[in-house]
Amino acid sequence: MTLTTRRSVTKAAPARHRPRRKDRAVEALWGYAFIAPVGLGLAVFYLWPVLQTAYFSFTEWGAFGGHTWTGLENYLRLAVDPEMGRALVNTLTYTVLGLLAIPLAIVFAALLNTKGLRGVGVYRTMFFLPVVTMPVAIAMVWRWLYNGDYGLINQVLSLVGIDGPNWIADPATALPALVVVGIWSSVGYNLIIFLAGMQAIPKEYYEAAAIDGAGPVRQFFKVTLPLLSPTAFFVSVVSVIGSLQLFDLVYVMSGSGSSARSNPAFPRLETVVQLFYERAFVTNDRGYAAAIVMALLMLIIALTAFQFRLQRRWVHYG
Amino acid sequence: MAEAPTTGGRRLGLHAVLVAASLAMVAPFAWQIITSLKTLSEATKVPPSVLPSGHWENYGEVFGLLPFGDQFLNTVLMAAGRTVGQVLLCSMAAYAFARLRFPGKRLLFGLFLSVLMVPPQLFIIPQYQIMSSLGWLNSLQALIVPGLFSAFGVFLLRQFFLGLPRELEEAARLDGAGPLRIYWSIMLPLARPGLVALGVLVLLWSWNDLFWPLVVNTDPEQMTLSAGLTALQGQFQTNYPVLMAGSLLASLPVIAVFVFLQRQFIQGIAHTGIKG
Repeated sequence: MTLTTRRSVTKAAPARHRPRRKDRAVEALWGYAFIAPVGLGLAVFYLWPVLQTAYFSFTEWGAFGGHTWTGLENYLRLAVDPEMGRALVNTLTYTVLGLLAIPLAIVFAALLNTKGLRGVGVYRTMFFLPVVTMPVAIAMVWRWLYNGDYGLINQVLSLVGIDGPNWIADPATALPALVVVGIWSSVGYNLIIFLAGMQAIPKEYYEAAAIDGAGPVRQFFKVTLPLLSPTAFFVSVVSVIGSLQLFDLVYVMSGSGSSARSNPAFPRLETVVQLFYERAFVTNDRGYAAAIVMALLMLIIALTAFQFRLQRRWVHYG
Repeated sequence: MAEAPTTGGRRLGLHAVLVAASLAMVAPFAWQIITSLKTLSEATKVPPSVLPSGHWENYGEVFGLLPFGDQFLNTVLMAAGRTVGQVLLCSMAAYAFARLRFPGKRLLFGLFLSVLMVPPQLFIIPQYQIMSSLGWLNSLQALIVPGLFSAFGVFLLRQFFLGLPRELEEAARLDGAGPLRIYWSIMLPLARPGLVALGVLVLLWSWNDLFWPLVVNTDPEQMTLSAGLTALQGQFQTNYPVLMAGSLLASLPVIAVFVFLQRQFIQGIAHTGIKG
């Protein structure tokens, strides 16, 4: 209270008028000085590169790094490139199936949100463990679990008389197997966000529902789910953007680098960003690679806009 | 769910479901550790043995096959450099956006935000060219410098600064403190939880980053652990005990940090909800 009075006193003093103008200029200079380091860094390493990538997507790169303007040629090539087509189908399939992590996370968050449950911290830690583990390490472990001959999964399956496939080297099972790893490693992340969302729901709503005679299951569907829908919308937007950029997991699971191509399931695994990596840094076809990521950008914008349109049908605000 | 008349039996069932799910989360790690202590012939035995013979030599072999010490150091320096740099630089800009008045503030903040909307793959070719023209390929600078600047960090910390009470800084201003003093002596200490939340996230993302290190540092001595592991896999497709030992060694440091700073990690993620 005393502070505000003192401030209004200074404001009222007419003698302070000119210096305050100078103060404003000084404050502005400080403002620019404070944002300059990040501002310049972002301009050089992020903003300008976006424009450059857009420009590169209309060029072709020679063997010695020079590039020439070729107009829409890269995009025309992209439209009929069967490898890009496959990569798109794989990426979109992975993205859609990966959304299963959301209902899974909601169910487990609801279970963990049970009043008076013991050991919540321990359970939460276990769900969260894959989120903090290096994706390269995760992919290696799962590659081993999925191994056709000696992998733990097939060994367990053989106990019940099932002859398991060669999971990630079998075109029929490779992508679903990858999706399982993607869900396994992201469910804990989603769970943390949903748990925070659930804890923010006022208790009165549940009390009112309980008075109306709703049991825990009805409370979940009538109170928790609708009030959680903005969180679910947010998580779904973020997951789709993340899945469309899948690289680490698939790079290692398909076999890391040049040996990946000898994996018979490679055409069913390769993602858009993996193809970008190959074109940009293995075959050094950087103009084409730039067109690939421009297409990815447009896909991300389109799918995000689509989700924003859809949200009116299922997201409840306040 | 509130006030459910939970009977003992229902609670037991709940724990059964949660234990089963937790096992599914932990089992791959357990199998990783077990395999890392087996000989190759043990690991490929049918049916598999559960208890390993304690073949610690696999860990020694990782050090023999990879310049593991160098790669470990590179990863530590990259993660530390990016974390310290981002927390410092982003907090400065965030303070200016949250508290100082200057012409063009909205426009500049909008430009910063626009970086957040772009998928990172769009930066990579030009960034690579910058590194190449500076002669920075296969260097520590390449691993650290582009990662010092983050629109996300500015955005997160600005939100944090906006939520802080103004009284202390007003008092300091009346005592004659300038913006630098206020930022350093008042805002930073007050914003500590926010700085820690950003710090742990940057640490996690940097440690686990693959694409950028894979592209810029291709000499084994200059690689980070994530890229080094993929190289190990490339030349060593089937020696799973060694691959398990290597992947465990590479991922353990961040897992250890997580165990100590669990609350900060979880708060950071719950508050921001943004993935790396």
